[in-house]
Amino acid sequence: DGSHAHLRPSHRPCGSGRMPRETSTLTFVIVGDDTPIYECELRAGGKREDTINYLHEFVLHAALDNVEETIWTTPNSYLKAVDRYYDLTVSAYTTSGLVKFLLLHDGKNDEGIRGFFHDLHEYYIKVMLNPFHTPKTKITSKDFDAKVKTLASKYLL
Amino acid sequence: MSQRGYQGGQLQPLVDRQIPIRPRNEVSLGAFAFLFSECIQYFQTRVSNVGELERRLADVGFDVGVRLLELLIYREKASKREIKVLGILSFLHTNVWKCLFGKIADSLEKGTSAEDEYMISDNDLLVNKFISVPRDMGNLNCGAFVAGVVEGVLKSAGFPARVTAHSVGVEGQSRPKTTILIKFEPEVLERELRLGS
Repeated sequence: DGSHAHLRPSHRPCGSGRMPRETSTLTFVIVGDDTPIYECELRAGGKREDTINYLHEFVLHAALDNVEETIWTTPNSYLKAVDRYYDLTVSAYTTSGLVKFLLLHDGKNDEGIRGFFHDLHEYYIKVMLNPFHTPKTKITSKDFDAKVKTLASKYLL
Repeated sequence: MSQRGYQGGQLQPLVDRQIPIRPRNEVSLGAFAFLFSECIQYFQTRVSNVGELERRLADVGFDVGVRLLELLIYREKASKREIKVLGILSFLHTNVWKCLFGKIADSLEKGTSAEDEYMISDNDLLVNKFISVPRDMGNLNCGAFVAGVVEGVLKSAGFPARVTAHSVGVEGQSRPKTTILIKFEPEVLERELRLGS
């Protein structure tokens, strides 16, 4: 039926063998200095995938060029939707130190996403103030992880 | 306990602690000067010439600058970033200097000899207050630490530059003033031209 020409990622079986619900695709990545320092798949119901969806990672990586261009067009930190992939949208936010927060999502949730990024910025600052943190240090703090999940349930899911 | 980060005797997790809003905790000049002098003495035994000493001081300042940028823009400018050269220089001259030294810098000038050079001057740089340089150290200026802070701010904001500190004699003042010389990388000027038009 020609559907192979439209590779719809939300219809791919995920790691656990179940079909994911269409409205709950969310992948969040923090990129510092061109390398991801934090990745998280967020799903409704508070469940978290342990392995990241590689297609999502690829789409987010490809969106980075658009983010770079958009950064220099506005003094705002919230960059809104910077790229699209079929029915998925990549929304971006940048800190003053040009560390990028990327969110891959379906549907529209502008206010929620803006709030999510804004609150997350504060937690990010607390992490980066650590004198041993560099732009390439991966964020492994469980507290930070917990905060991301809390913010996601508050604003996004 | 009145220590920051503690609540009910328990140390709060890092992400729950407040970002200090107003700098109520100012550090005494004497304490800073002591720490700074120890830093310099530490590096002195590990370098072989003046240039390297200035480089090491600048490296320490760089990390400070990176964090200052994030903190100050979040705290004071509601996350409105600077995307123009004049904007980031003015941020340095006013906000960063105010935060570090309690007063704004004395002047911000554009270099006459080159398009990519700018200078921020301070008649009496705080970090040099208790430092007298012996003659055999030549043109050492420990303001290299502040040059490092400036470089850290500029680089992480997306305006890479080479930043150095120089002593400049002033009429009517016994101590020279310190000029921080900023030389932007060519890509910064290219982008500035592209955006300006």
